Amino acid sequence: MNRTLPFLLTFIVGFTIVIATFSPPLDRLAVDTAVFFSIIAVFAMILGGGNLVKINLVKITRRQRDWQFAIVTLVGFFFVLIIGLFKVGNPGGVTGQVDAPGTPFFDVYTYVFVPVGATMYSLLAFFIASASYRAFRAKNREATILLIAASIIMLGATPFGTMLTAWIPDSLDIFEVPNLHFFLMSSPNLAGQRAIMIGIALGVISYSLRVLLGVERSHIGKDGG
Amino acid sequence: MSLDIGVWIGALLTLGIFSFLYRDNPFYKLCESIFVGVSAGYWFCVFFFDNMVRKFYFGVFPSEAGIEPKYFLIVGAVLGALMLTRLIPSIGWISRWPLSFIVGATAGLYMMLFFVSNGLNQVADTMLPLYRETAGGDFDPAETLGTILVFIGTFTGLIYFFFSKEHKGLFGGAARVGIFFLMVTFGAAFGYTVMSRMSLLIGRMDFLFRDWLGLLG
Repeated sequence: MNRTLPFLLTFIVGFTIVIATFSPPLDRLAVDTAVFFSIIAVFAMILGGGNLVKINLVKITRRQRDWQFAIVTLVGFFFVLIIGLFKVGNPGGVTGQVDAPGTPFFDVYTYVFVPVGATMYSLLAFFIASASYRAFRAKNREATILLIAASIIMLGATPFGTMLTAWIPDSLDIFEVPNLHFFLMSSPNLAGQRAIMIGIALGVISYSLRVLLGVERSHIGKDGG
Repeated sequence: MSLDIGVWIGALLTLGIFSFLYRDNPFYKLCESIFVGVSAGYWFCVFFFDNMVRKFYFGVFPSEAGIEPKYFLIVGAVLGALMLTRLIPSIGWISRWPLSFIVGATAGLYMMLFFVSNGLNQVADTMLPLYRETAGGDFDPAETLGTILVFIGTFTGLIYFFFSKEHKGLFGGAARVGIFFLMVTFGAAFGYTVMSRMSLLIGRMDFLFRDWLGLLG
């Protein structure tokens, strides 16, 4: 029962949505399901938040390595949670938009969330340099193609790329970097993208069928208890 | 130099994250911990007001007259609440119901979505006449070459992804051609990733030197 009911639910809900795609009167079902997702996602967020608090509290109480930083995480989490949920300093009061400009919540977003997030990603610019070295060593034909394609793509998107081949006569303008960039993007790259996309589609369809038909039941769990 | 405390906080956090380039250190860990806590809190609030208040509460209790209440949304909330039973081990198995709903709905939705957008549409856009003409009805060599390349690249790329048959002989040769097209795609993706990361780095440098230190005009 503990495994049969969830399987039946998966089967019925999944195939109802599939059938709805072919039945215009039921079209609305897919949209409403998306709203259901959003609502359930909030409860999943509560679970996630609870897990974050639990993990960090365990770290603090057991004085595990770097436990001091767990305090910082919890303080940051509860600080934003309080100013956000209670709309502290919001000119619109409790009915105002949570991320309205001028609110402490907006300031945290602007001066903490955005700078740290952007810097985290920009750090990859340094690490990608060493990755580039490894990837771009023309060891074989495939690596050489990767190197040439990436170089043309990068050069073609900058004014330097345009400047580099500006001397090429008009009759041979296909060899100018911006034109090569356009050609690569619109033909070989598009072909590769399509092959990958069709491959992904086949994979998603077969995996979805496995889930809906109960061949794949990992989400229900092993024990059945 | 900026006198805005927000800019100072942003700049110190930026430097803290950049300090990782030297090595893992307490300053970096502090900034990282702040980010983890703040981002979790931020997304929780945004999710809560966007979904629980705007979609659920105002869906069930519309703020404007004349709008039909969507009582069926209560089912979604009940399913969501059932997810919390995971916190009580003795009845934790009930949380499989909302999970099954999500998994079933996702499988159903994605199956059809990918079938149409990634499958049918891509195949339809590839199966074009190979002989292309300009608007005036003349032969268009560039467009024809592009269409042939896209067709060959997509077909051979798919052959490469077909692992049920050994890549030998003519089949193997086609798969090798497919690899070349895939390598161009990976090269393009890599190039764009490098560019986007560089762009972010330039943005952070601009913030430090212009907004914080005021060294750039």
